[in-house]
Amino acid sequence: MKPAADAALKSRSGADLAPDAAPVLMVENLTVSVRTDEGVKPLVRDMSFGLRRGETLCIAGESGSGKSITSLAIMGLLPPPAVRVTGGSIRLGETDLNTLGEAQMRRVRGDRIAMIFQEPMTSLNPVMTVGTQLAEAIRAHDDVSRSAARDRALAALKSVRLSQPERRMSQFPHELSGGMRQRVMIAMALALRPEVLIADEPTTALDVTVQREVLDLLRDLQRDTGTAIILITHDMGVVAEMADRVIVMRDGAMVEEAAARALFSSPRAQYTRDLLAAVPRMGQGALRPPVDNAPVARLCDVVVRFPIRGGVFGRTTHLVHAVEHVSFEIRKGETFALVGESGCGKSTIAKAMVGLVPHQGRIEIGQERLADMRGAAMQALRRRIQMVFQDPMAALDPRMTVGGQIAEPLLIHGIGDSAERRSRAADLMARVGLTVDQYDRYPHEFSGGQRQRICIARALALNPDLIIADESVSALDVSVQARVLDLLRELQVEFGIAFLFISHDMAVVDNISDRVGVMYLGQIVELGTRAQIFGNPQHAYTRRLIEAVPVPDPAFVRPVLDRLTGDVPSPVFAAGRGPKQVRLADVGGGHLVADGVE
Amino acid sequence: MTDAIAAEPRRPAGAIARLLQRKLALLGLFLILVVVLGAVFAPFIAPFAPDDQHFDGLTIEGAPLAPNETYILGTDLLGRDLFSRILFGARTSLIIGVVANGMALIIGTLVGITAGYFRGWIGSVLMRFTDLMMAFPALLLAICLAAIFHPSLWIVAIVIALVNWVQTARVIFTQTSTLAERDFIAAERTLGAGTARILFRHILPHLVPTIIVWGTLGISTTVLLEATLSFLGVGVQPPTPSWGNIIFENQTYFQSAPWLVFLPGAAIILLALAFNLVGDALRDVLDPMQRGRD
Repeated sequence: MKPAADAALKSRSGADLAPDAAPVLMVENLTVSVRTDEGVKPLVRDMSFGLRRGETLCIAGESGSGKSITSLAIMGLLPPPAVRVTGGSIRLGETDLNTLGEAQMRRVRGDRIAMIFQEPMTSLNPVMTVGTQLAEAIRAHDDVSRSAARDRALAALKSVRLSQPERRMSQFPHELSGGMRQRVMIAMALALRPEVLIADEPTTALDVTVQREVLDLLRDLQRDTGTAIILITHDMGVVAEMADRVIVMRDGAMVEEAAARALFSSPRAQYTRDLLAAVPRMGQGALRPPVDNAPVARLCDVVVRFPIRGGVFGRTTHLVHAVEHVSFEIRKGETFALVGESGCGKSTIAKAMVGLVPHQGRIEIGQERLADMRGAAMQALRRRIQMVFQDPMAALDPRMTVGGQIAEPLLIHGIGDSAERRSRAADLMARVGLTVDQYDRYPHEFSGGQRQRICIARALALNPDLIIADESVSALDVSVQARVLDLLRELQVEFGIAFLFISHDMAVVDNISDRVGVMYLGQIVELGTRAQIFGNPQHAYTRRLIEAVPVPDPAFVRPVLDRLTGDVPSPVFAAGRGPKQVRLADVGGGHLVADGVE
Repeated sequence: MTDAIAAEPRRPAGAIARLLQRKLALLGLFLILVVVLGAVFAPFIAPFAPDDQHFDGLTIEGAPLAPNETYILGTDLLGRDLFSRILFGARTSLIIGVVANGMALIIGTLVGITAGYFRGWIGSVLMRFTDLMMAFPALLLAICLAAIFHPSLWIVAIVIALVNWVQTARVIFTQTSTLAERDFIAAERTLGAGTARILFRHILPHLVPTIIVWGTLGISTTVLLEATLSFLGVGVQPPTPSWGNIIFENQTYFQSAPWLVFLPGAAIILLALAFNLVGDALRDVLDPMQRGRD
């Protein structure tokens, strides 16, 4: 293995690097294959890299590039019996991991190599308290007493900066938020001071501000312990922030290996250049003329609350205040973006607008009030407002052909005969970049991006005035995401459709929106044109969201952020109580900002 | 089970053609055909009338005969020809196993899907009623019902359907309620799809594997429940044979004449197996994920 170009003595976390010492982990010519009916197919080909103490190596790539398979191969966790290492070696210090049996491998796992996964909830045992799980993990490797293990567990929770660590010890995983759970996972992984930590998309399921905290935490812990980290991610922003060295993978092979700065400043491979070009960046959106059309939808003082029933008689004891007094309008042909973190109520607004959840207040589509609609009028209204969901695989019926699903809205609304519907659906497929001969295929035969195109075609079938895109590009790879966003833009110009674009990704929102509403805990705290929100953010929460976005540039120096004290407050209140309502004040040019900044 | 599935096929020609390409499915269909033909043409095939007690059908000691040249499967405790009784018994058992079981499946599926999709008070009422039925001893209920109505084959079939739908309803309820939460159902609702379309076009196809499993399991349980009822005197009235009551009548001879229990038992297992083979193949054929793997 050749040494990295800029063999600094310090890694970016500040941990000491030992440039001459043998690497902790050495992977040489690793090939992993899957046995299928058609023969043995390689999933990862000829991977070679070394990892030094205190170093962070990022393996970046899109879905299916083999980055997770590589990490599972190192952990000896490849799904048996079909997937196996068929060539090369993985050496941890002096040990060749490939030659170890399962019993010996179990000693290595956790003790010398630890791993954290994307979804912390599925990695934690839901029926054991956090403290017990941590102590058990420690006792599995070190022969210590119960109380000593508990002490070490508590120390581990403190080291990941979990608020109220004593209380967390006796709590169950479901009582913690996503960010807290990921911290517990990190505490568990690092409690045994492993030489290598493999983090597989550790922040992908987290909100940006929480992601920020978790990345900071990983960096601080690395500085203190000198653990070598392999960080697997699809997010080039995360790569830029964390990596000392980067490996870009595609279709199971290494495309490029370089020091982080070199990779971003002068990528050598064409694929790396394409990948970097596709990453949405803040401040990149083209200037769009202001849209001053009549509104296609207007929300006025909309409130959505969900009751939580408790007690013997199922009385409503608490209310989830999902949406509180939200007002905005969407004009014809514009893209209105709602941004905010999970649980802020942005998706609930979408559901209320299509009648999936009951609401109070006033939602007008066109000039008509949604709540008054029944039967035929409601059917007519449905034609004007369509929705594209986050996960296209979940939003398509796996047991129906895609052509049938694109034609289905026409069938439901009794438009045309069967031949006309078929030809209209075929036209739509062609319009969104699919081919007509895919008409009779099923959703599982398509890639993620193609599936989202199918959903878009289905939403277009009825010529709606408004399409609600609820996190519609969040689950897609960046290159695919860029193409789907292009498609949405083209369709907007072509058909004059308005979009309600719901997203947590500030960079994407900055690229495609005309106006933006920022939501926090069920209320809009800032609302204005894109230029107003991104050029002159007024509310503290808006600023925090913008600043938390990972910037795909390793040279970027991040302003120091106040660490969040505790968690995002809960929108659940006892019956009869509720959150304090914010008042929006105009600070000029229709830029509305909530007073009482917290 | 057949009725519930018949509502489903998306492209019947293609599905049936693919079904017929599967060897195991063909074997299952063949076995079912044999049983059906045997039942329909029983009077022509059977060497004796099923109720005739033959003078030479018992040994001197009064024990049943083992299979021999005259009585190819032997005779039962009353000296009746076992082969003829199994042939005629196929009529009863087919009706119970297919009709009663089919009715139970349809009731269970309808109750489960309705409760699972609508939830609310409709769901609560339906599922509490299902729980009640589950807790109530099925046999006792069947005896009560059968005692009220004059026992006949069709009454017995209805009684069996009325006590056998509960498990199906429970399972279908759970599946439907998770399916109803999925995005593609929400997507259908935003498109304006009606309840019937969502339930039968989008939810039911996903339940087919479960319905098939419960349908095949149900064949043996219903056939045996009928035998129990017959044994207690509230089922099919003697001397009408059914596979179940042949077993029950003869169980005291299990030690000395095991074929009397074994052969009708094998017939029940064969019928269940045949439906299982066809059901499995049908499930794969209707699953788009399995396409191209035939």
